[in-house]
Order: sequence, then structure tokens, then C-alpha cells
Amino acid sequence: MSAARGHATHPIGLSIRRAVKVYPGTVALKNVDFDIRMGAVNVLVGENGAGKSTLMKVIAGVESLTEGEITLDGRKVAFRSKDDAVANGIGIVFQELNLFPDMTVGENVFIAREPLRFGLSIDHKTVGERTRALMQRLEQDIDPDTPLGRLRIGQQQIVEIAKALAQDARILILDEPTSALSAAEVEVLFRIIDELKAQGVGIVYISHRLEELIRVGDYITVLRDGEITGSRTMEGVDIPWIVQAMIGGKSKDFSQTQAHEFGREVFRAEDITLPKAGGGFTVDRLSLSVRAGEIVGLYGLMGAGRSEFLECIMAQHPDSSGHFFMDGKEMRERHVAGRIARGIALVPEDRKRDGLIQIMSVRENITLSSLAQFATGFHLSLRKEAARAAEFIKRMTVKVASPDNPISSLSGGNQQKVVIGKALMTGPKVLLMDEPSRGIDIGAKAEIYQKMRTLAAEGIAIIFVTSDLEEVLALSDRIIVMANGRLSGEFGPDADPARVIAAASPAKPANKNKEIAL
Amino acid sequence: MTSITERAAVRPRSKHDWLLLLLKARTLVALLLVLAFFSFAAPNFLSTANAILISKHVAINAFLAIGLTFVIITGGIDLSVGSVVGLTGMIAGWLVLNGIDIGFGWSIQFNTLEIAAIVCLAGILVGGINGILITRFNVAPFIATLGMLYVARGAALLFSEGRTFPNLNGNPDYGSDSFPLIGTGNFLGLPVMIWMLIAVTMGAAYIANRTPLGRHIYATGGNERGAALSGVRVARVKMFVYMFSGLMAAIVGLIIASQLRAAHPATGEFFELNAIAAAVLGGTSMSGGRGRIIGTIIGAFVIGILSDGLVMMGVSSFWQMVVKGLVIIAAVVIDQAQSRLQARVALAQEVTQSR
Repeated sequence: MSAARGHATHPIGLSIRRAVKVYPGTVALKNVDFDIRMGAVNVLVGENGAGKSTLMKVIAGVESLTEGEITLDGRKVAFRSKDDAVANGIGIVFQELNLFPDMTVGENVFIAREPLRFGLSIDHKTVGERTRALMQRLEQDIDPDTPLGRLRIGQQQIVEIAKALAQDARILILDEPTSALSAAEVEVLFRIIDELKAQGVGIVYISHRLEELIRVGDYITVLRDGEITGSRTMEGVDIPWIVQAMIGGKSKDFSQTQAHEFGREVFRAEDITLPKAGGGFTVDRLSLSVRAGEIVGLYGLMGAGRSEFLECIMAQHPDSSGHFFMDGKEMRERHVAGRIARGIALVPEDRKRDGLIQIMSVRENITLSSLAQFATGFHLSLRKEAARAAEFIKRMTVKVASPDNPISSLSGGNQQKVVIGKALMTGPKVLLMDEPSRGIDIGAKAEIYQKMRTLAAEGIAIIFVTSDLEEVLALSDRIIVMANGRLSGEFGPDADPARVIAAASPAKPANKNKEIAL
Repeated sequence: MTSITERAAVRPRSKHDWLLLLLKARTLVALLLVLAFFSFAAPNFLSTANAILISKHVAINAFLAIGLTFVIITGGIDLSVGSVVGLTGMIAGWLVLNGIDIGFGWSIQFNTLEIAAIVCLAGILVGGINGILITRFNVAPFIATLGMLYVARGAALLFSEGRTFPNLNGNPDYGSDSFPLIGTGNFLGLPVMIWMLIAVTMGAAYIANRTPLGRHIYATGGNERGAALSGVRVARVKMFVYMFSGLMAAIVGLIIASQLRAAHPATGEFFELNAIAAAVLGGTSMSGGRGRIIGTIIGAFVIGILSDGLVMMGVSSFWQMVVKGLVIIAAVVIDQAQSRLQARVALAQEVTQSR
């Protein structure tokens, strides 16, 4: 499996063997072996939900392994907490920033490790000096006393890196460090990485930008669905090899299109714009329309504004502008309930946070959006409700012993089926699905794809958001690509994967972006 | 793969299952324990007269606790209920004594039913203000109702310049002579206020279990964002629970004014704390989403019996407070133990499934 074994120049600093990590609902890591080589950039790549972040959380001591072992410099270790990992020289810069916007840059860098005077009061002078030194090393003109919230996201990311460096990390994990950086900042980061490498620091680099990986990496490991599918030195690695390892040959079971004619246009969005806090737009003048029975795939990288667009449709952003039309009539309802009544239903991206009420039963969850169907006046017919719940549990093939079992006892795939069932029970004409296959196993994925096909054949229009290239190519009747809140490409079902990826890249120099934008 | 877990979930009666069952029924167990203890330790505890007396004490707290149960299930809190009891009591007293003065030497007088209706509306109005502050102006429930605690208490004191409205016997000419019956009357051998409590309990339990509104209350507290995305009108749900809580406070204000035939502006101080305690003891989770009306009623009885029983045993009121506090803390500690155990059982099942 590992072609890069035994490189004398880059000794293995940390290695993980037979790692298994189980979350309620999913198995995130299945028997994973992973090495971090010192003085080198170890690239980790895989699709969303492949298990990269879980693996890094395990190394950083945020999560503990269900099974398997970690060796650091030849001795077995088990990190009980993040502090434990930090004490062992492991620093991590998470994808989601873990910073305090109301504190100053210096306070953020030294959070929970404040240098003290006489063991009591915070030594502000040292904080300032050391932060200034770090910022100089990172070539950033950031004053340590600036409140963090005033910095741009890219600068905040630099602060996060400074925080890891301040802890003298010997192993530094960078989880999508460039996702919010400008081109100039990326160059700075790469210089810092080279410098750290020369100092013998082992770097783990996670990113979705494949060209970047090839440029910066020395070793590459590819994860797919919690398993390692490729591990070698970067020599001779090209984008097709990575894509092949990431999405595999014919691993996922996509069902065939059920041939059917599209109906007339059911839904149209015109000039949807959602301003971003701190300037710019999360969704930028986006227009699209969907016909009955059509499956539209909305592809793009994280932060492209896809989920926010769906939320705009569900009236979640009062400060968005633009117009939505349902069957030619404008939707003006300002509540989700109103939008649902007009025939729109959403399957949210984050099942746990947005899709389900975790402490309720399967039955209560699946009927939550449709309670009016079982009520006469204010009286709820529990008999009717139970019958309808049972019907949808069967229709969605949810595997559960009793509808009254708690939703949290179900696996991720079955939970997702309940969320979809809930949306379908409202009788939608347009179904919005945000990452419908995230965090569920392959079998359940196939079932959900099959379900989407069937629904489309029944005349329901589907708009689904995905970061999974293979998924968007196989399922969509039409592919719409978003980048930086804008529509950056529109393709038919037999689109060229390379062109779709190119359209999704938020090209760093501004002029490239204009080329792609229509 | 999944079917194994589900079967494991149904496979009954391991050691954990019994423990879980016992923990789930903890309020009932506590009630039985205090009952058994005091029937043994306190003389005359087990008599009908004493039972009715305790019930009347419990009822006051139980009304408020029912209102608070809904509020807490949505993930909020209502600290103003005690003050609203005082305020609505004063309104009732004013209406019985003076009616509404419309000037020119004229005044409008009301009969008992009309007085009760106006007082209830006043309570709902105060709850509505709480609700608007929370839903429209995004004030944290703790702060909004803390503010209302002071405002309502101040308003109650302003009503009479801090004095008591005495002799609320009503006037047969206006049809308000039946006012004292609200708190003191009997019907079919039981006090009227107990009948009211039974009716309110059944109504609240019905709302909780058999109406879309009830389901929405639980959903709002279980996951507000998720509920909103599912089409639950979260703001309306919150408005309802605070207005309902205000109504409960108004009922208590009426009962106390009627019982004492007097309205004192300081009535109801710290009632909110007893009510919260009853709800929590009955298994209502302060983080929202969980709680049952019947549990709250049992919780109110545990607290009521505990304090009355200790009085009958001659325990000092200082010790009573200590005991009450310990019982409440113990209830929450057990609650946490139950959640942890439940989570552990669930995760164990997941691990079996992944093999």
C-alpha cells in the first residue's frame, strides 16, 4: 500500500496503525494507516466526509480512537486532550477558525497559555513582543493589539498559524489553510512552509486545491470513505492520479437515469444576492430555473455560497434580495412554513444541527413539517400520524424496529432517509437537498440516489448541492457550478470533469475568475 | 448491518435497562419515598383533611410550574411569574373594591366572572410583553423576564402605594360576592381551586401531547434551528408559552387574593423559584426539549409534601430550606447520570453495529 516506505531522508515522526473511529451513525475511519514524515509536507486529500478531518482530530487529541494505536518517535502514545497533544509538539490549524473575535491578536495567539508575571497576572509586554516577532516571521503587518474581529478572514487564518507556531509545534497540521487566503498570502504561507520544513517540522497539509497539493507536497495520502486508497511520494503524481484515487473506479453505485420528459418550469430564482458580513457577497446575483422532473446539481467548493443560496430559498436570510417564482407566481412568504406551503422542501446539509430534533422519536421527526395534515382544528390525530409515519418509513426503507425509537439510535444513512421523508411528506414540487449523501455509508448512498431518480421521474424538481464531483456528474440532468457566490459555469449531464473542477476553483488572480464567469 | 443494532435496541432487560427505567421514574420514586417517610414520621400525616390542605398548598405552586414547564421546554425561562402573581392579585383587589373609575363620579363594576376574565387577560398581556421582548427584540429570556420581575412588582406596589387591599368580600349588588369562593369554595367535596388545577393540568397535558402546538413546543426546545427549518413558527410558539405562563400567574394571583380576601403587593415573592424547582424535579430539562406536565405535577407534590411534612415534624424552617435545596440538586445530578448512561448504551450499540 505504501510506496514511500523507508525514506531515510525524512524520518517518520508519528504513525497511526489500524485506526478505527466510530461516531454515532457513521464509521469515519476504517483501519487507517498513516505516517507523518518529519521535515516534509505530508499531503492528505479526499472528498468531504472521507475522514480527513477526523484523522487530524485524532492526531491533535481532540478525538480519541475507537481502535488502533498512535506511535510518536517510536513510543506508543494516547492523547487524552488537545493540551496533551500540544505538549507532545503537535499543532493544528483547523478549517473552522477557533479564535475569539473580541480579543486582541496577541491574546488570541497566547490563549490558555498566557505568559504570567509572578504566576499571577498576564505579562502583556511579552505577549506583545512575541506576537510581533511571530508576525514578522510570517511577514504580516498585523499589530498584536488589534481586536481579531477587525482582521480579514485571511489574516485571521495567519493568526491561527501563528498560534500553532507559538507552541513550538514539531508537527503542524494545516486543514485547508488556503481556503480563505489571497494569492499573496498563499505565497507567504508556502515560504513559511519551506522554512518550517528546513527546520525539520513535519507538516500535514489538507486541501481541495489539487494543483496546490502537487506544488507543495512531498508525500501524498488519499482517503476515500474512511479508507486509504493511495499513499506514495509526490514524485510522478498528477491530478488524474489523485482524482482516480479520490473517487475510485466504479465504487459508488449510481442508478441509471429513468428516462422521462421534463415538464414546464416550476421554480425560478432571479438575481438572488446575499451580502456578506464585512463586505462582498455570499451569493452574488444568482439566477436559475428548474423544470418539473429535472435534477439540477449545484457544484462548488466549500464556501462558494451554495448552501446559503438554498437557505435564501427557504427564507432564512431576511437581508437577501432578489425574487423567487413558483409556477410563475412570486413567493413573498417570509416564513419557512409559507415556503413549504408553496411546495418547497429542504433537506439541510447538517442533519444533526438543522435536519433533526435529536431528542425526538423517528415518528415525531418525520411528521414535524406536516402536522397540519393530521389535525382537525387543534386536535392532533395520533392514529393518523402514526399511520402516515409508518407509510413513509416503509417508503423510504428506513431500518428501524419501531417508529417510536429515538432518532439518535439510527445510523447516519437512516437518519438522512428520515430527513428526506420529512421533506417529502409535505408534498413538495421542488426538493432542495444540501449534500444529501454526506456522512452516510455507501449502501445508503445508493438508496438515496435511487430515491432521487424515482422522485424526479414522478415529476418533482430537485436542486441538490454537492462537493462530490462524481456524484454531481452521475446524478444531474444539468450541472450548475458556483464559485465565490456567482454562477461560474453550466454544463450538461455529460460534462468534462476537468472543466467542472476548473469552473469551481475560485481562481486566485481576479482576472482568471472573469474568464470563467459568464 | 443496521438491523443488528435495532434488534439490540429491542433486546430487553439488561442490567442497564432496569437502571434506566428506575432513573426515568425517579420523580415518582421520590414522591413515594417522601409519602412513605412522612406517613411514618409525622403524626396525622395520613388524613383526608391533611391531604386536602397539602393539595391546596401544592396547587399554588403547581399552576406556576405548569406554565414554566412549557417555557422551559422551549429552552426559555420566566422569572416574572412571582411578580405577576402580585400584580394580578392587586388588579383583582382593585376591581373588587373600586371597579373602574371612568370619571364624572361614575364607575364600572364587575361580577366575579368578569373580574376573573380581566385579571387573566392582564396576566396574558404581561406574558405577551415578555414574548415580544424575546422574539421581536431578541432579549435573552432570562434578562427579559428578570426585567419584568421588577416592573411587575413595582407596578403592584404603585397600585396601592404599597398598602394592602383589605376585605375583598365583594358586593352582592354587583354580583362579585362570590369572589372569595374562588379560593375557598368547595365543589363535590373538593376545593374549587383543586378542580381548577385538575382542569388546567388536563388541558396542558392535552396541549403537550395531542396538538400540533404541543409538538412544536418540544421541537422548538429540542433544536430551534431545525424546528424553524421544518416550518415551525418558532416566534409564535414562544409567544404562546410566555402568554400561557402569564395566564397561570394570573390564576394564582386570583386564587390567593380570593383565599385571603385581601391583596398584598408583595404576594408571590420567590414563587418563581419554587415553580422552577418543581418543573426541574419533574424531569424538565433546563436546556429545553424535554419535560412532561404530569412530571411537573409530581415534582410540585414532592416539594409541597416535603415542606409541609417537615413543618409537621417540627423541623426548623432553616433546615427545610437546606433539604429542599439538596433535593433539587440531587434531582439534576440523577438527570445527568441518566443522560450519560443513555448515551453510553447508544454508543455501545453503534460499536457493535460497526463490526
